Order: sequence, then C-alpha cells, then structure tokens
Amino acid sequence: MRTVLIRLGSSLLVLWGAITVAFAVLQLTPGSTIDAILGTAPVTPEARAQIVSDLKLDRPVPEQYADFLGRIARGDFGHSYQLHDSVTGAVGRELGSSIQLSLVGVGLAFAVSIVVALLTAHRRRSVRSLSSGLELIGVSIPAFWAAILLLTIFSFKLGWFPAAGADGASSLVLPAVAVAVPLMAIFTQVLREGLELALDEPFVATARARGASDAFVRVRHALRHALLPLVTLVGWLFGMTFGSLVVVETVFSRPGMGQLILHAVEGKDLPVVLGVVVLTSVVFVTVNILQDLAYLIIDPRLRGAR
Amino acid sequence: MTAVALAPPRRRRALRPGVWGASLFVGLVVVAAVVPGLLTSGNPGAADAVSALQGPGADHLLGTDANGRDLLTRIVYGARPSLLAGLGATGLAVLVGSALGLVAGLGGRFADETTMRLVEVLQSLPTLLLALLVFTIAGPGTLNSIFAIALYLMPSYARLVRVQSKLIGRSGYVEAATSLGLGRIAIVVRHVLPNAFVPLLVLATIEVGLTIVAASSLSFLGFGPKPPAPEWGAMLSAGRDYFAVAWWVAVFPGLAISLTVLSITVVGRHLQRRLEGRPS
Repeated sequence: MRTVLIRLGSSLLVLWGAITVAFAVLQLTPGSTIDAILGTAPVTPEARAQIVSDLKLDRPVPEQYADFLGRIARGDFGHSYQLHDSVTGAVGRELGSSIQLSLVGVGLAFAVSIVVALLTAHRRRSVRSLSSGLELIGVSIPAFWAAILLLTIFSFKLGWFPAAGADGASSLVLPAVAVAVPLMAIFTQVLREGLELALDEPFVATARARGASDAFVRVRHALRHALLPLVTLVGWLFGMTFGSLVVVETVFSRPGMGQLILHAVEGKDLPVVLGVVVLTSVVFVTVNILQDLAYLIIDPRLRGAR
Repeated sequence: MTAVALAPPRRRRALRPGVWGASLFVGLVVVAAVVPGLLTSGNPGAADAVSALQGPGADHLLGTDANGRDLLTRIVYGARPSLLAGLGATGLAVLVGSALGLVAGLGGRFADETTMRLVEVLQSLPTLLLALLVFTIAGPGTLNSIFAIALYLMPSYARLVRVQSKLIGRSGYVEAATSLGLGRIAIVVRHVLPNAFVPLLVLATIEVGLTIVAASSLSFLGFGPKPPAPEWGAMLSAGRDYFAVAWWVAVFPGLAISLTVLSITVVGRHLQRRLEGRPS
C-alpha cells in the first residue's frame, strides 16, 4: 500500500511538472497572447482592453498561474483561438476517431506478432533469421513512409481502399496497418525472446513428457510467460502510437487528434496545444501507474520491494 | 572508430554479408553527405518544367519531381541534412544528458532528486508532443527540430550516465584516486567519464538511426527544413499531392531513409555485440 501511495505521489508531482511546463510555454511564446487571439481582426482599443481584462491577461504572472492550475483542476482548458469551440469540446470531437484507429492498429500488431512469434520461436535458423530480418526492416521504416507506400499501392494503384477520410471500416484498414507496422516489429522481437526463454524452462519439458503436443505447449504454457515482458512496453507503446497517429492521420487526411494538434501548432492555438499536452500527460502518467500496479499483481515478489 | 580500437584483439571473425552490405551503404551515405558532387554531377535545385514528373528512365534514373528536378540528385544531396539532424540531435542529447547524469549521480541526494524529476517530466510526454511544444514556442526549422529530438533523447542518456557514475563512484579505483588527493572534478574527468563512455557510445550508435527517422518525420510534417531544401522527409512532404500519378516521388526518398536507418542499425548492433564480446 505504501509503495502505491509513494508511486501516486511522485506521479502527481510529474503531472504538476508537465502542467507547469505548459504554463511556461504559454508565457515564453513570442508575441502577446492578445495578438494571437485577435489575429488580424480590426478591433477598437476599448474592445481589446475588455478582452484583456476578461481573460485576466493584465494580472501578475503568479496570479495567472494559480488561475491556470485552478481551471485545469476543474477540467476547463479554455477556448480555442481558431475553432470557435472549447478545448474540451474540440478534443471530444476528435478523440473517438483516434482511439478507434489506435485500438485497431495496436490490436492488429498484437495479433500478428503473437502468431509470428509462436511460429518462429526455436525454429530452424533460416526461419528465425528471415523473421528477425523483417523485424529489423519494420523498425527502420518510418511510420509515415509505411503509410505513403500503403496509400500508393492499395489506394492509387489497386483502388482497393479509399485514399482519404474516415467513412466506415474500409477507410480504417490502411491507416491501422500503417500504425501496426513498427509496433509489430518490436512486439515480435520481445515475444519471441520471451517464448524462447520459456520453452527452455523445466515446466515445458514436464508438459512435453506428459505427451503434450508442441503447439499445445507453446500456446498453453509458454505464451503466458512470454506475454509478461510486454507489460514493460506499455508506456513506450503509448508514446509511439501517439506519434504514429499524427503522421498517419496526416497521410490519410483522417480527422483526429493528430490533425487537431498539428493545426493548433501551426496556428499558434495555444489553449488547444496546452489542453492536448496536459490531457496526454494525464493519460501517460495514469498508464504508467497502471503498468506498475500490473507488475505488483503479476509478480507478487515485487510487493515487498522498494 | 573508437569501437574498433576497443574491440578485443582476438582473431577477427569474418563479417556477415549483411553487416558488410550495411557498412558499405553507411559509407556511401557518408560520402554523399560530405562530397555530394562525387556521386552526382547534377544540381539538386535545377528545375525543368518540361520534364516534370517523369518516371525512372535513362535520362533520370529515379525519375523527376513535380518541378522537373532529378530525384537521384536530390536524394544524394539530401544525405547531408538528414545525417546532420540525426548526428546533431544525438550529440546534443549525449552532451546534455551526460552532464545531467553526472550531476544526478555524483551530486548528492538533492541534486539527484531534482534532476531525475525533471527527466521524468520530460519522459511523461510522447516524443512528438514534446517536439510540437518546442515548435509552438520557437517556431519550426531545422535547428529547432534537432533541439526537439535531443530533448526527447536526453533522459535516457541522463539515466544511463547517472547509474554508471554511481557505480563507478563506488568502485575501487575512484576510492584510490580520492585517497591520492585528486579533486572531485579531476576524478570525474579522468575516471568517471571515460568509463561511462563506452555504454553511452553504444546506445548512441544504435539510436542515431531512430533519430534520423524522428527528424525525417518532423520534416514530413513540415517542421524541418523548408521545401526547396533537398531533405528526405521534406521531399516526401512536398511530393504528397503527386503520389497518385507518380509513385517514384513517394517511393525513393522514403527508401533512402529506410535503407540508411536499417544500415546504421545493423552496423550499430554489430558494434554492440563486439563490445559485449558476444558472437555477432
């Protein structure tokens, strides 16, 4: 219990750090906030002064900081400068499409790599080097290029899938594959290594001695052990998927968080950028806490540690 | 280079063909980056509207882009900005990361806690988001994109050097040096740094490849070098509207990135195995 509390405390600290960084960004960005909001719109000096005082931009920095923290604690990220919508509203609209894409992409990567790892672990040298060669290529191909290749071959040349948009399942296939490619490579490596370790364990020999078939031993006994190391990858997976989402959504002109944040950065739409930063770090920190808790549940030996 | 010098002097194992090919390709990319004129006689900026979007053929080996510029020439010239971004970001990350790691590892509890919390905050954001934050403050551009990637890579070096310097700080030879009356800084420079350097170098070699991918992704999104510059990611970004009619515009710049990264990774892993004394 103590371990969990310490972990929670340090995570809150990290989160507060991220929010403070976000606030610092707001202060450091060249050009005054009021100019960013108004853009080139012609505004009378009175109206301008009114907006400044409404947004409390004339207050001292520490007061603005306290205000910023308070609003975030209440889940209020302010209004977008560009979108005529609140940040939470804009994020809420785009989030669904991105979550759908990441779930399908990660699920696909997971399914394929389990099958490949099961088939290749402890097999002939040629089979294994073919697979690890492919994995190496998978890691080396940038996600955006994988997306471009898929788009060029399967949309433009063969016309099997739509080239842009997010209508229905067929528009999800290519983006999901593009998200899955780099993940698959890493998953397969980790899983196969785990499987090979597990297959050398005495319990596997016992199972074989009882007359269990090779396939049964792999699926029922070894696979469970090989899945454990994947838990370590969860945090990495989250960051990686977010990066892939942004570029893949760009290539396929798919609405989603990627498009939202890119347009926000290009248009200096600070509330949206900061909202996404804070939300992402909240999710990231939560994921990491869950990952630590998962260890404690999976491996009871760690409970007394620290 | 250092890695070769550090390898044990036992009988050299014959390099596998894959490692050979990869080393050759890395060599080629380095030549292209240093003296591009050696590999192509063309001018990467020479536009020719008449021969726009020509497929690969005798005149243009890899075809031309929408402005009629020769793709092969542009890819050769693109090696420099792409490699520089990878090496620059890695170098910066190693430098700043080692400094922070040393402070954390040798500077006492308070310095350790502060530095590590800072590193954790940096690691609490996905790579791309961190980069986008940098672009929000400082605007897009080659230097800013190098800085953004370095910011992301830095924590892992800081952690590595912190652990290494703690280990080395407790080792017998540092104790010996202290008892000989050597100052703290002299010990760090002469004893801690060189010993922490080898694992650092290995991590850096393997990560240069991934850094090149990251840098090209940022240019693809439009935050790197501006369009006329022949950078690989930027070339793909500029060609986006023509992929449907000219597959070569989509294929070759990406192939250049992937092959370079693949080769660097193969060579890096080979060096790592040699250093760890495992069979390659």
